[in-house]
Amino acid sequence: MPKVTFREDRCKGCELCVSVCPRKIIVMSEGMNKKGFHYATITDQSKCLACAFCARMCPDAVIEVEK
Amino acid sequence: MAKVFERPKALADVVTHYCPGCTHGIIHRLVAEAIDDLGILDRTIGVAPVGCAVLAYNYFECDMQEAAHGRAPAVCTGIKRVRPEAIVFSYQGDGDLASIGAGEIVHAAARGENITVIFVNNGIYGMTGGQMAPTTLVGHKTTTSPYGRDPKLQGYPVRIAEMLATLDGPAYIERVAVYTPQLVMKAKQAIKRAFANQVEGKGFSLIEVLSTCPTNWGMAPVDALKRVANEMVPYYPLGVYKDIDAKGEDK
Repeated sequence: MPKVTFREDRCKGCELCVSVCPRKIIVMSEGMNKKGFHYATITDQSKCLACAFCARMCPDAVIEVEK
Repeated sequence: MAKVFERPKALADVVTHYCPGCTHGIIHRLVAEAIDDLGILDRTIGVAPVGCAVLAYNYFECDMQEAAHGRAPAVCTGIKRVRPEAIVFSYQGDGDLASIGAGEIVHAAARGENITVIFVNNGIYGMTGGQMAPTTLVGHKTTTSPYGRDPKLQGYPVRIAEMLATLDGPAYIERVAVYTPQLVMKAKQAIKRAFANQVEGKGFSLIEVLSTCPTNWGMAPVDALKRVANEMVPYYPLGVYKDIDAKGEDK
């Protein structure tokens, strides 16, 4: 099963990953990271395709994808 | 489990100073991926510009040199001629390369220096607070064109890739964008080829990457990507403008 890992402390909350996810399973958190941004996180890991679109669009290399 | 995607080793494991959603981060990563793929990290020397990417020397694991404003191609020329075995690249924005550095880039290209230039075009001066750049689109409001760029007053935007492609010196010139994951992958191939050309000694390669400036455009990052697609690409068409390896006519 694909596994997506977000380094939440590195996220700047730009939402580019949210906009490109074909399964729409990335959401912005209600809480904030230590930099003060609402960070991106994944809701349902089991729906992930491991397409890595989110990781390729992330300007801060926050996301790692395994399959 | 196999890694589908991980942070490239040539990209330093630090937080960048770039604004949220700025595509500089994507372009940095693509350069680092190209360096990793070609296995040239230990002999790569990068030259950082003046502009938003001025701190690029903190973000790559290779040796880096900072250049005076616009002079990165001249510094690259010096490094490459003294250390011909090194892989030398410059990373420059439009305010650096297309404005104060217009002379340096034209002559580095005309000489066909065996270097790689990554040219990041977001049509505005980012670091200094959103002034009009030579590449600012007609009608675009900036702090120094508050009513929108007026060709009668400020002239027309400069198309660097097309301009340099008229010279005989360059080996490879392509314009790419990074507003979708598919285009990011295409941009990666172009950047990798620009580095591979240098490894093979083919000569001057320049990749122009259409980028965003959400902060100074006054847009959300996702909307800024749409602006690249809807407004920038029609004026700055994507494609290969010069390729000495291409069969038949160049575009």
